[in-house]
Amino acid sequence: MSTDTATLPVGRYAYDQVDRTFLSQRVAQFREQVNRRIAGDLSEDEFKPLRLMNGLYLQLHAYMLRVAVPYGMMGSDQMRMLAHIARTYDRDYGHFTTRQNMQFNWIRLEDTPDILEHLAGVDMHAIQTSGNCIRNVTCDEFAGAAADELLDPRIHAEVLRQWSTLHPEFSFLPRKFKIAISGSPHDRVAARFHDIGLVARPGPQGRPVFDVFVGGGLGRTPIIGVQLRDNLPEEDLVAYLEAIVRVYNAYGRRDNMYKARIKILVQALGLEAFREKVDAEFALMDRADYRLDPAIVEGIRARFGIPELVAPADAAQTLAADRKADPAFDRWVRTNTHPHRNDGFISAVISIKPDGGIPGDVTADQMDLIAELADGWSFGEIRVTHMQNVVLGHVRKDRLRDLWTRLVAAGLGTPNIGLVGDIIACPGLDYCSLANARSIPIAQKLSARFADPELQERIGRLHINISGCINACGHHHAGHIGILGVDKRGEEFFQLTLGGSAANDVAIGQIIGPALPEDETVDAIARLIDTYLVLRQGDEQFIDTYRRLGAASFKDAVYAPA
Amino acid sequence: MPLLENGHIKDDTWATVTGDAPIPATGAVIVPFARLEEGLARAGDAPLGVAIGPDVDVALLRPALPRLGLVAVTFTTFRDGRAFTQARALREHLSFAGEIRATGKPLPDQYEFMLRCGITTVQTERAEDISVWRQAHEIISVAYQPSVLHERRQGLGLRRFLS
Repeated sequence: MSTDTATLPVGRYAYDQVDRTFLSQRVAQFREQVNRRIAGDLSEDEFKPLRLMNGLYLQLHAYMLRVAVPYGMMGSDQMRMLAHIARTYDRDYGHFTTRQNMQFNWIRLEDTPDILEHLAGVDMHAIQTSGNCIRNVTCDEFAGAAADELLDPRIHAEVLRQWSTLHPEFSFLPRKFKIAISGSPHDRVAARFHDIGLVARPGPQGRPVFDVFVGGGLGRTPIIGVQLRDNLPEEDLVAYLEAIVRVYNAYGRRDNMYKARIKILVQALGLEAFREKVDAEFALMDRADYRLDPAIVEGIRARFGIPELVAPADAAQTLAADRKADPAFDRWVRTNTHPHRNDGFISAVISIKPDGGIPGDVTADQMDLIAELADGWSFGEIRVTHMQNVVLGHVRKDRLRDLWTRLVAAGLGTPNIGLVGDIIACPGLDYCSLANARSIPIAQKLSARFADPELQERIGRLHINISGCINACGHHHAGHIGILGVDKRGEEFFQLTLGGSAANDVAIGQIIGPALPEDETVDAIARLIDTYLVLRQGDEQFIDTYRRLGAASFKDAVYAPA
Repeated sequence: MPLLENGHIKDDTWATVTGDAPIPATGAVIVPFARLEEGLARAGDAPLGVAIGPDVDVALLRPALPRLGLVAVTFTTFRDGRAFTQARALREHLSFAGEIRATGKPLPDQYEFMLRCGITTVQTERAEDISVWRQAHEIISVAYQPSVLHERRQGLGLRRFLS
């Protein structure tokens, strides 16, 4: 009935009573596990995998709870609940992660069952945001909206979310397992830096087919994923992924956690031998049992709310006039929007990278405001990006300026998406027990140094990624400029890598030379960027200048200040 | 903990041979994988089982399986999930219909996973009350993927009800 579909949340799968039953059982199960831990029936060692399966980490100072935002999509009601949790159980803020999730850094163990119950009340959970299982599947932040999209990847992301939920065979893998899915020829999900990357497009009879990449990843051993299979039919998607993960579960290393990811297995066996094993497993499987029937996919698709995209005929002209009238607005539209498949609409990116701020941190009040703006401008739909920003996917062009005005008033109008200020940084030594160095202060100093929006736009597209240790949560290998914190005799040093990319031109950044002391790092990067501005030809981007000239042209700037 | 089947205590009719201990001439016996040939060579038709470590490729059991009534898989630690894949392969690829027994140190919280991968009985070195295991089996009633138990899909999507 049309009244039913009208109430479905836009852009994500709508839970029904069965899904809610599952979640409430899961919360009850975790409450019981916490009780067993508090009573001493479970050791910390035994409790660890159980809490990790519910997103609960023990960090440097407190527990951290990572809440799943499946394929980065949530509704305004869910965002308001996150604000409530931030206010009630944390220190009034949360943090968007590079896996499109939200994490809270100051959580008490005994509060977590209640928090999970609150989350379940808005169809949210923290399942599979940590632990050695299939993690939250990530997806293009402009899915279902982008002008260049061939196929909305969220439906199959939901298929994979369901399939991987408490998977009986794959919840105790050698190591974590990350899947990303894209439906656009322009890779916005870093498909080749994932354990499995899927690129979907329409195939015969309108059913999707998938190119399957395997064995990519960052971390201590950055490796670009290789294509394992092309044109995988939709009906074999679950079976083929089962085959891959089964081979990994059986043969992945378990003796050394730093060599346990699937990328190491693929490297050790070689692509052909790995593919043979997967094909052999796939051939043995009962394909009828594992077949992803189009009816299953359509049943899931029917649970997604669809936005009614109706705009005045002159919406685009209104936007053009608004841009002409206000250069600051015009700049923000240039940097912070993405073309929509409907000419009356546009996707707006809310930068969570204010000048001098902490990348991805958002206060409870800001969460409430984002929820309000989503309700007012984008069908109540909110997207978290892997760049730690937020997208309102379907904004009417003639109403964009009003949205921008509200954002600017709230300090959320920073025009820096894709520019030098749009820094990805891990939590670093400020929070993380693994880190060697503090990532956040470097991000803040760089962001403040390059705050001038005119300068940022002149520099152009430039991705800076900062990791506080070699585990590379800030994806420094994939940054045009990567910054890695290292410990040298108790002092924080930073090593620079140049030339990485997570997009279609995927590449791993190369170390330029010895690590720099903390107080010289920002100056060195400023000199590096100045050098680029001198050396570039026309409107060449940093990454292209670097590729044309190589590291040597930049080395002097980093190490021999004038 | 006593032997567990479907959340209930069951009498263990199998004797387990460890190390180099002699294999009894009669009765149901579980032998280590390394001594499978010796077990198969035993006279008579008393039930034979084999205990395998997590690194054993279960395809190696193929020739012996028609003679085996039990395969014991091992969780050397609860973190090592290979036994799940072994059990699933035994059921799905090798059509093994006998008892698959989990041994070692699995957690009760993994019980439902074990059952859905084809493990039928559990004998652990852990000391929990059996009610913890039973609860782990009963607390979740919905699953979202195919399993060897062939639960029927319910309504939309991939989900199904667990009995």
